[in-house]
Amino acid sequence: MSLETIAWPASYGEDAKPRKGFFTDTSVCIGCKACQVACKEWNHVPMSMYGFTGKSYDNTTQLGADNWRHVAFIEQKLPVDADAGASLVQAAERGAALDAGLATYQEGDGFRWLMASDVCKHCTDAACLDVCPTGALFRTEFGTVVVQEDVCNGCGYCVSACPFGVIDRREDDGRVWKCTLCYDRLKDDKEPACAQACPTNSIQFGDLAELRERAEHRLAQLQRAGLEDAQLYLADEGDGVGGAGAFFLLLDDPEVYGLPPDPVDTRRDLGSIWAAAGAAAVALGAGLAAAVFGGAR
Amino acid sequence: MSESYHGQPILKEPTWTWEIPTYFFTGGTAGASAGLAYLSGLRGNEMLARRAWAVSMGAIAVSPAFLISDLGRPARFLNMLRMFKVTSPMSVGSWILTGSASATALAAVNAWTGRFPRAAGVARPAAALFGLPLSTYTAALIANTAVPVWHEARATIPFVFASGAALSAGAATAALTPPASAAPARRLAVGAALAEGIANELMHDRLGEHGEPYKTGAGSRFSHVSRACTVVGAAVMLRRGAASRPAAIAAGALLCAGALSARWSIYKAGFQSAWDPKYVVGPQRAMVARGERAGAARRRSSVSAVRADKGSPATAPVELSGS
Repeated sequence: MSLETIAWPASYGEDAKPRKGFFTDTSVCIGCKACQVACKEWNHVPMSMYGFTGKSYDNTTQLGADNWRHVAFIEQKLPVDADAGASLVQAAERGAALDAGLATYQEGDGFRWLMASDVCKHCTDAACLDVCPTGALFRTEFGTVVVQEDVCNGCGYCVSACPFGVIDRREDDGRVWKCTLCYDRLKDDKEPACAQACPTNSIQFGDLAELRERAEHRLAQLQRAGLEDAQLYLADEGDGVGGAGAFFLLLDDPEVYGLPPDPVDTRRDLGSIWAAAGAAAVALGAGLAAAVFGGAR
Repeated sequence: MSESYHGQPILKEPTWTWEIPTYFFTGGTAGASAGLAYLSGLRGNEMLARRAWAVSMGAIAVSPAFLISDLGRPARFLNMLRMFKVTSPMSVGSWILTGSASATALAAVNAWTGRFPRAAGVARPAAALFGLPLSTYTAALIANTAVPVWHEARATIPFVFASGAALSAGAATAALTPPASAAPARRLAVGAALAEGIANELMHDRLGEHGEPYKTGAGSRFSHVSRACTVVGAAVMLRRGAASRPAAIAAGALLCAGALSARWSIYKAGFQSAWDPKYVVGPQRAMVARGERAGAARRRSSVSAVRADKGSPATAPVELSGS
């Protein structure tokens, strides 16, 4: 399993540390938001929106400059009648379960909670880092992606490049901010604040290689227990961002949690983008020449 | 109908404000005008060349101001030249703009005052050459994002920008030049209007399901304004531009408004495309469903034998390796 990025570990030589990451196992998340609080406290992240959204228990709603962890709350209700997407076998099973006074979901009334703590993915192929014109975004010795706040000039390119909508500009500050995977704590051999605060070990921190292995076992365990929709998200080099430093075990499709099902690092298309821009520039030159020389002076 | 999380956006809207689409216009105008000026000079049309250098100079003089004003930290604008990064069209563009502005300033000063003749001999072709990528790198910049309506148009947007640059350069120069000397500028404006129409249609057509933001909201409105201004402007320029100076000025203004609106249409469509999760999730999910891409989630574990001691969080305490 290759966890290498363009800059890590090669550019660090002997100073390179094992690649660190998060494995967020949402199957044991209880939605306590301790991760959000711990993150804000440790990193001095300013207060964000204050009030109620009416979106379940989620008053944070999304990651951004002032929310580096975000706990999503999804309330799912299984339709009583055989739902449209189910196979005949599944529909029959659900029907039988309902007849027997049982429901498919654990609450017993066909209702279930999905909760998940979202965070910057610290992508192997990080678009934010690639497009940053100032070099403010960089790859650390732990293989994570961090913004240097003394360099960022707030151009906003990373904001539009991130396929997850993680990084954002802070209005009154002008610079971009996001999860640093607690770079300062890592340097002191401490785990990130969110992982330390998590009471259920839903947020697991460690060496990425080991986390990946652990996640495979957890997935197999849940699949065997009958959770057919359990899935690992961003755990493969083959996905659009080359795998992520922060990956997830989800109990439903990514979009249910507000995550893109097929995020792609824009750099993959950069060759064709430059080629098209170059061809258009040449065409412009030809057009100019045709206009000037192709008729009366 | 794709699912979403409480209707929340997946992508962040661009942070860019009105300065950016305006710069797309002024940068393109400056770039193409420099080429028009240089080639007109080569052909001996000094009247047209001087006017085109003036257009280029004016457009490139305001461009950095727009870009700096859009920064979250304007005082740090020089950090743009802290490195040269080919993976960042913004970094490459900052250098193109720097080179282009320097060369154009020299060429324009020489065209109007006759000073620095030796340096201007180098600066003129340099400005013309820099002007070409100056007109199209901005298309590469927005194509190189996660915004679907921009990224999926990566093969066609540069041609929209290139033709738009030629359009506004020809139109502005034709408006500022006595009609007798402005024939090449009129040809450029009318030809570019046609080319921009084709490039735009091609972009919208090839976007397919991604192109919906151009059919609704501000993206659509600016697109309509652009088309109307461009069609009327080109018709006036073609029929009356050679005979009447006021007609050339009116046509030039309309065509410039058309070119500016076209950039605004693209800019606004990007916001809609980023903001509504259906534009992000829908096409991605469809690609996975069609088997064209694997997607980023996987239901099958790579391990065959389940080891509870390995997988369960309760029995897998966090250990800090290296500590």
